[in-house]
Amino acid sequence: MLTLILRIALRNPWRHKLRSSLTVAGIVVAILSFGLLSTVVTAWYAGADAASDKRLVVRNSISMTFSMPLAYAERVRAVEGVNDITWSNWFGGVYIDQRNFFPQFAVDAPSYFRLYPEFVIPPDQYLEFLRDRRGAVAGHKLAQRFGWKVGDVIPLKGTIFPGDYQLVLRAIYSGARSSTDENQFMLHWDFLNERIKQIYPGAENQAGIYIVGIRDGREAAAVSQRIDTLFHNSIAETLTETEKAFQLSFVAMTGTIVQAIQIVSWVIIVIIMAVMANTMAMASRERTAEYATLKALGFRPWVGAALVYAESLTLALVGAAIGIWATGPAAHAIGTQLDNIFPTFQVAAQTVRLQWLAAIVVACVAAAFPARRAMQVKIIEGLRSLA
Amino acid sequence: MSTPLICIEHVSKSYRRGREEVPVLYDIHFDIAQGEYLALMGPSGSGKSTLLNLIAGLDQPNAGSIIIDQVDISQLGDAALADWRAANIGFIFQFYNLMPVLTALENVELPLQLTHLSRRERRERALAALALVNLSDRVKHYPAELSGGQLQRVAIARAIVSDPTVIVADEPTGDLDRKSGEEVLSLLDRLNRELGKTIVMVTHDQHAANAARAVRHLEKGELSGLVENRTWNTATNV
Repeated sequence: MLTLILRIALRNPWRHKLRSSLTVAGIVVAILSFGLLSTVVTAWYAGADAASDKRLVVRNSISMTFSMPLAYAERVRAVEGVNDITWSNWFGGVYIDQRNFFPQFAVDAPSYFRLYPEFVIPPDQYLEFLRDRRGAVAGHKLAQRFGWKVGDVIPLKGTIFPGDYQLVLRAIYSGARSSTDENQFMLHWDFLNERIKQIYPGAENQAGIYIVGIRDGREAAAVSQRIDTLFHNSIAETLTETEKAFQLSFVAMTGTIVQAIQIVSWVIIVIIMAVMANTMAMASRERTAEYATLKALGFRPWVGAALVYAESLTLALVGAAIGIWATGPAAHAIGTQLDNIFPTFQVAAQTVRLQWLAAIVVACVAAAFPARRAMQVKIIEGLRSLA
Repeated sequence: MSTPLICIEHVSKSYRRGREEVPVLYDIHFDIAQGEYLALMGPSGSGKSTLLNLIAGLDQPNAGSIIIDQVDISQLGDAALADWRAANIGFIFQFYNLMPVLTALENVELPLQLTHLSRRERRERALAALALVNLSDRVKHYPAELSGGQLQRVAIARAIVSDPTVIVADEPTGDLDRKSGEEVLSLLDRLNRELGKTIVMVTHDQHAANAARAVRHLEKGELSGLVENRTWNTATNV
């Protein structure tokens, strides 16, 4: 019986080739669009997803634009549960033109790269970077974007810390995971600190944020509280949170956009559901006499319904398969174009699962009403519909 | 007279159209013998198709009962009636009602899907039925690739493949040209004479009715009382 249902379901869609082809094409576009929009949302959260649960970020509780004394480092290091600490400052320089934006951080290199093992630097390049106070490290994608090679001088114009900075690219890192951001640029914190001493005397020895390594991710909340308590009522009170929460606070700033994208992606699915429902309604109406004949021959009413569901699933799954197959290359092409906006733009396994799920839901919802009608068709009326 | 296979006992049927009750059959009472070949005739709206539907178990009477092979089918529920139809009735429709996406062989095999036969047995039986209607060379053809006469022969093969108790035919020649019609009538005659199949056929075509052994006329939902019980005549002589 199952073979019979499948045989009919696989052949039925091709009785109206144009209608079925257009429906499948619609599903392909919908599933592809859904996949790409979901990938945009995933890319938006990529930073947070890549965050380690064993890293905390300490910032000034007033705002991130306020810094904290460097002396905090040793006090935080002494907090129970902390096993390492590093610090960084947002540099915010301009490379040739304002449009060439990329994130730049002044970092305490030895401790920073100890805490970020996902930034993989060839050992010889790393040593060169440590030796050169004007040295800089760039991510692989960033270097590729501007055609930089190790040894190139990277001119940056300071905006927060005015001046012309001639930095020498000493190393190029690559990500240990595909989700690692390869668009960052790092320079020596000591080098920046010296410049600050010159241009803003008295403002030196300040850290923008501290990144704290903890022994056990499950103790994140307790350690955070210990750190913040330590600096309670001090000149720069702190706000400590997990790296993931810290990243998500940036995403939250653009939360409405993300929400809008998510809504649009589901609206597309609802639209294709309506198109599919129309196709199935037409198809099942045309086949009323066939459902009635099957019932007359002794087949149970559910067979008619099963035929409708199977046909709907056939169309939806063919469309979904093509759509999902096309999502990977399409995402790759878009990701290449938006490299500087989305450090990682890859179709997540969860997105593919959602695409299949959406196709199945579309097929089932679209088939529900026609299947019910096929099931309830009265034999005599159904047979008469042919006449 | 041999033992009746079908006993139609005081059957009445009406349909509801909006608030109105439209009577179609009034107190129909007659028997059909085992191995009979009966034609039901009458003008349009006389109730002959309704009566055929009741005999085939496609509909239920409002009053009276229909007993076929000692089973009162008017007492059966939907599921039991479906099983009963699958086992006892072979259908031949005016417009063939074949599945367009199935080949002739697959169409004939269709009723056997409801049996416990193996795939091989189903195939053998379907091939035999198609051979009986002289369509062995068309087994892999789809309905769209067959002529009207061939389509009806496939439908006849489908009707007999499960060896049903009764074959019901609703205007089996109504959509066919004269030559194809003759072929179909000849086949029905063979089924009745050689295989002893009981056939109940609705037709408005006197020529088709002449092929049957008995003819009953219906007029405005009632048997007109005219029963032509004849020995099989040579009117068709096809």
